[in-house]
Parts: sequence; C-alpha cells; structure tokens
Amino acid sequence: MVQLSLPKNSEIKKGKYFKDKTGSKNLRKVNIYRWDPSTDEGPRIDTYEVNMDNCPSKVLDILNKIKNEIDSTITYRRSCAHGVCGSCAMNMGGKNGLACTTPHAEIEGDIDIYPLPHLKVKKDLIGDLDGLYKQYQSIEPWLKNNSTKETTEIYQSKEDRAKLDGAYECIMCACCSTSCPSYWWNGDKYLGPAVLLQAYRWIIDSRDEERKARLKKVADELKLYRCHTILNCTNACPKGLNPAKAIAEIKKMLATANV
Amino acid sequence: MKAYNIIDHEYDVVVLGAGGSGLRAAVGLSEAGLKTACISKVFPTRSHTSAAQGGISAALGNMGEDDWRWHMYDTVKGADWLGDQDSIEYLCKEAPKAVLELEKYGVPFSRTEEGKIYQRPFGGMTKNYGNGIVQRTCAAADRTGHAILHTLYGQALKHNTEFFIEYFALDLLMKDGECKGLIAWNLNDGTIHRFRAHTVIIATGGYGKVYYSATSAHTCTGDGNAMVLRAGLPLQDMEFVQFHPTGIYGHGTLISEGVRGEGGYLVNSKGERFMERYAPNAKDLASRDVVSRSMSIEINEGRGVGKDQDHVHLHLSHLDKSVIENRLPGITEAARLFANVDVTKDPIPVVPTVHYNMGGIPTNYKAEVLTMNGSEKTVPGLMAIGEAACVSVHGANRLGSNSLIDLVVFGRAAAKRAAELVKPGTPHEEISETETQKCLDRFDKLRNAQGDNSTAELRLSMQKTMQSKCAVFRTEKNLKQGVDEIGKTYEGMDSISVKDKSLVFNTDLVETLEFDNLIRQAVATVDSAYHRKESRGAHAREDYPKRDDEKFMQHTLVWCDGKNTKISYRPVHQSTLTNEVQYFPPQERVY
Repeated sequence: MVQLSLPKNSEIKKGKYFKDKTGSKNLRKVNIYRWDPSTDEGPRIDTYEVNMDNCPSKVLDILNKIKNEIDSTITYRRSCAHGVCGSCAMNMGGKNGLACTTPHAEIEGDIDIYPLPHLKVKKDLIGDLDGLYKQYQSIEPWLKNNSTKETTEIYQSKEDRAKLDGAYECIMCACCSTSCPSYWWNGDKYLGPAVLLQAYRWIIDSRDEERKARLKKVADELKLYRCHTILNCTNACPKGLNPAKAIAEIKKMLATANV
Repeated sequence: MKAYNIIDHEYDVVVLGAGGSGLRAAVGLSEAGLKTACISKVFPTRSHTSAAQGGISAALGNMGEDDWRWHMYDTVKGADWLGDQDSIEYLCKEAPKAVLELEKYGVPFSRTEEGKIYQRPFGGMTKNYGNGIVQRTCAAADRTGHAILHTLYGQALKHNTEFFIEYFALDLLMKDGECKGLIAWNLNDGTIHRFRAHTVIIATGGYGKVYYSATSAHTCTGDGNAMVLRAGLPLQDMEFVQFHPTGIYGHGTLISEGVRGEGGYLVNSKGERFMERYAPNAKDLASRDVVSRSMSIEINEGRGVGKDQDHVHLHLSHLDKSVIENRLPGITEAARLFANVDVTKDPIPVVPTVHYNMGGIPTNYKAEVLTMNGSEKTVPGLMAIGEAACVSVHGANRLGSNSLIDLVVFGRAAAKRAAELVKPGTPHEEISETETQKCLDRFDKLRNAQGDNSTAELRLSMQKTMQSKCAVFRTEKNLKQGVDEIGKTYEGMDSISVKDKSLVFNTDLVETLEFDNLIRQAVATVDSAYHRKESRGAHAREDYPKRDDEKFMQHTLVWCDGKNTKISYRPVHQSTLTNEVQYFPPQERVY
C-alpha cells in the first residue's frame, strides 16, 4: 500500500495570539498565514484582535493597521492602494482579490488572510509569481508591425480599438490564474487565464501583423486546452474582466480560422 | 557588525527604477548595445506610472490645429517661469515623436472617428499662446499610465533587458565626485549586490509619502533622491509640491483632471461654480496650483461641503453617458470603491491632495545630473529622469499630462546621452571598499535598531507635520514650526526600532530604510520652502503673496546630511535651445 504524506512545511500550526490592547469594544479577529523562510519553523496562523474604530473600509487598511500598530513583522506586498498596480492580491475570506479594493465588511466572522493559492510562498502573504511572469514573456507581449513608417501613427478604427476593451486593462495581479484548478495542476505548462487574456489582447489588436503566428503559438494541448471552462477566473477578477471569454474566443478563432 | 556577503556585477549602465522613464531608458540602452541592468523594488508593472489616468501631452494636432511652440508657452507659463526654457523646448518639440513611438510600441490609445489618437482638453493647455482651449492630451480612456507602463514593459522584454526585481537600492558608490555604481539588497534571498556601472540612471519617482494625504503609492518614497543627498549632492526646487485639485476626500485616490477636461466642474456648498470667479477664461481647466488654491480659499471661507465643510464637489452626472462609459471608466470605478458614489447620479467629494514633486535631482536636458561648484557642473556617471529628476521642465507647477511625456522624452534622451558617453564593455576601475562599508554600516545599524520609536509612529508624525505646516498656503511662522518639528522627528531616528531582523522580504526594514529616505526629503522640502520668500506656482506664501523675479527667478539647491541643510540658488536658464522659438519673458500669470 502506498503511503501518502505531505511535505513538512505544508502542515499549518496555530501561531501567536495578539490580544487587543486598546480596550475597544469594536474588535475583529484577523487570522493571517505566516511563514518565514529564515527559520526552520513551518507555517502558522497568527491571530490579531483589531480595533475597528477609525479603521478605513478595506482589508489592506486592516493589514496596514496591524503592521503599524501591532506587529511590524507581518509581510505583504502593497503599493498604489487603489486597485491599479496589482501588488496586494491575496486570498481573503476564501476568495482571491486585491486587499486594497476588498471591503472587510463583506467578510463575515473572522477574517482569514492567506497568500494566493497554489503559489510557492516567499514569506507570509508574498507568493512567488516568477513562473507566471515567464509565461507572460513567452506570449511576446509587444506589437509586431513592420509596415509603417516611424513618423506616422498606425490608424485604428474606433470599432477595432473597442475590441481591446476588457483585455488591455489587466493588472497582472494573478487572482484569476491562482483560482483556476487547472492552473493549480498544470501551472508549469498551462498558460492560465491571466496570460491567455494577454495573448488574446495582442491577437485581436488590429495593428498587429502576426495574428496567425500568435494563434499557432498558443494552439497547444497544454498551453491553451487545459482550460475546462470552470470560470473561477472570471469570478475572481477584481477588475471585472472576463478571461474565460477571451480563452473561449481564442478557441473559437482556432476552430474557425485556417491557422 | 556581521559581515555581509557581497555579490558583484558589472554593467555598462544601471537603471534604477522600472516605471515609465526607467523602462523607456532601458529599452533605448538595450537598442544601443549597452549592457544594461534595470533594478526595481517592485515588479515593473506595479510602478506608480500605472496610476496616471488622464493622458500624455503632445502637439499632434489630431483634433484641431496645434504647435509645439504653443505647448512650450503653456508649459513655461504653467511653471510660473521657473522652468528652464532650453529643456522645455526639448520636451515639447520631441513630444509628438515620443507619442508616435509609444503608439508603435502598441499603446492602446483611444481613437478619433478617423482612427487617429484621441486627444482631450487638459488644464492650462491652450492654442495660440493662451487664446482658447486646445485638445492636446493623448489618452487611452482614463488608464493612460497603465497602458503605457504595460506596453513599455513589453518592449523591455522584447529587448531582453536584464531585470533585478524586488531589489531595494541602498546607496550610490561615489569616487572623487563621480558615480561608479550602486549597492542594492535582494529582498528575495537577502543577499547584498554591488553593481558597477559607468553610468547610473536614477528613475525612482517622487516622494509623495512625506505627506499624510497623497495620491502617491506606498512605494513613492523618493529613494533615489535620498541616495543623491547621502552622496553629498544637492536636490533642486523641493519646495514645489503639487496638490492635485481632485483627490477623493478622506481617501486620497486620484480623480483625473480628464474629468474636467471632458466637461466636469467643481461646485461649493452654495451650488456655485466657483472657478469662474478665480479663472474667468480657463475656469475649471486652469492650472492645478490655481484650482487647488481656489478650492482651499472656498473651504477656508466656509463654503466647503460636507459635515465639516472641508471639501468640495466634482460634478459629472450631466455628462453624456457614453462619455462616462468610454472615456472615464476608471474613475467611475474608483468613485464607487472609495467614495461610494455613482458618478452618473451624484458628485464626487474631492479635496486638494499631494500628487507630484516638481523638485528632485537637478539635471540638464540630456538628463545629466548637475551640481554647483562655483558654477553649474555635471556629475560624471550620474543621470536622473522622470519624477525623481528636476530637469527642470515643470518649474514651480507642472501641467497635467506633462509628466507622462516627461518620462518618455527624457527616458529616451538619457539612453541617447549614455550611448554617446559610454563605450560598450569598457573595463571598470578599482574603487575602495570604504564606500561599500559606509553603506552597509547604515543598513546594519537600522536592521539591528532596538530603540523605542516605531517606524510607523515617526512616519506618521512626519506626515502630519508636512500636511499641516507645508501645505497649499504657507507662512513664515508655519514653516518655521515645520522646520523644528521635522528636525525633532529626524532626531527620533536615533531611537528607532526594527523588530524583524531577517533578510528575506524584511518589509519592516524596507519601511525603515524608506523612512530614512523620506525624512531627509522632508527636511529638504520644508527648509527650501522656508527660504523662498515669494509666491510662485505651487509655493504660495501668504506673507509674500507676489512673485519676486528679481530675487527668486532661481532654482533652490539644497544639500542635506539629515539634520543640517545648506541652501543655495542657481539661475533659471533664460534662453532656448535653438532659434526655432524665442525665449518667453516673464508675464503676469492669469488664467
């Protein structure tokens, strides 16, 4: 009989408990995944009692409050704080999202905060996105057009430009890809929704001259067809984009075009 | 001190920062065949360029006649005659080329009926030298910065730029007044890296986070500016801090000037379009400093809206639904998320919010860093671009949409200049270990700091002081208090505490190093403001309400070793670059 066992650091232990010191009656319990690679200890969940008086409305505000007032060692990425840079993507209350745009009022009970699922963790809430960035590079995200002169712009009709709406706005936060079971299983080979949405953005840009080559490049059992239309990606996107539809469009183009 | 293991690298050029200007420079350097490293504390598309909304200015003339000279006049006037006109000429003349280049790179600009790049009106942008509004600001909906940043990152990938991502830069390596490289800390594995380079290009952005309420990202801490100060070099015009008229009240999120460009307007508690009184011609599209001051006066005189009458309303519900949907989708989302407002029905509560630093590292129009040693001199091996630099094209006040164009024009200029100065593969001369040691001593001291003051407390105290003592309106008394209070906060560094002692992604230490950078710039800013006894652009002194061209048509230069500052002045360049345009002599500035 095969014995299955999990690696040592996949067992999450109960960690420290930070009791409220402000005496506030308006408290919320926040459970945060902690793991420090510079120690031999496995991951743990630390719990913080947070005084919600004067705490602004988003999950990032809670994290900042904890870091500034309770425990300066908690580690997470954050930058713009209004949903355009994509740094603070994490899993909150069981859902992927941006901490800076997710209202904590929408999470019932204790607030559980984990890194994005199925990524290697670098520390605490910081996931390793290097693989996803390499995949992004692999779709060659730049315009390929050699036929126009340097001094004139490439004209694009309003209608052609409108096709890019819903595709170019992606902030590469990885909320979609890390919510996709297919990407969990085959993240090294399947490009995943974030990168396929970007591939689509260049495929449908009327100014690009390499449409066919781009389509050919993604037409692969693993790169593209591991999408099984689970639609977690569309559900997870904090910008309201629809990567599942973009993937379906690519499949449709491949099915109907002579590539 | 524990010995740190140092990993050495050699490059022709090192670019520090991967926002719009850093990426544009990196692309140009790679094209020129120079071995280039691009170092950034965040993944490139996380840079704050992504937050730019309204657009990028260039006299393309896609939507009516335009001329780069008109653009130049507007920029000179917007700058309240503190800009160097040779640099402004270069910016405005190169702008159309730079935008067309971006379009070729793939930026998804919005389009006109004919399929050309769409351009919208923006504050202070006029035709025929101040006679009527022109549509000069090229836009990709209201996500222009995001579109440009992602496109430039794609170009950098195309050119195989070598990135060092999530590396935090500590200090420059200087030898006899020349820059020889820099030292950075790799957050991913905790190692220390020494980059040797013939030219270092600083592209680290602004330092909005010295203020409590700013549209700036958490990462806008002006790290490059502080490295320059620590290298014994001056910063320029640091008193000129732009307050954007429309930050969301209570949260600080930017609401693009594009809203007013598309027809939105500001209203006080009496329901009055008050900008008509302050700027009869340009109204809501006057220059940002003018609009911010007008709003502050309305609020100070009791005509603000809300419970505390401390903000005003931005109306856009009268705009055509398709305009809101197609051209302002981003701010529609931001208003919903951060002000709980449906912009098709209700106004957005807004207040002037710190947005941009006109000041920074002094450079000429080729992006070479300047210092004063008797006269104006370049610093060999050092360049600066983007918001970190003070070229100075924005002078005392930047026009909206002139920052994105600044990034790409001077990013490109820096790459061109570096290609002239550096021969690929030139060997690096030896430098002594003392510079490295000095840098690591500071790093190690902060890492092991066990005092009583938390970084967050000191940062908050600095931010509150700057917010109340160095704001839209300034006085001698306020500024003196500001100088004293910021000085005290700086002293608090002696007893700072860092709890996390590790080296991998130690963001406790990152924030402390960032605070060390911020507080030096706060000292430089408030002291520069104290010494400028006139009102010009964004620097409005209630006790000196007039511009004083005789004494102060000069750039402030400030040296600062933390506590002590030295202030000096450098004359504004009063000539153009070529004969294609005449120098614009100072006039009274009315909108």
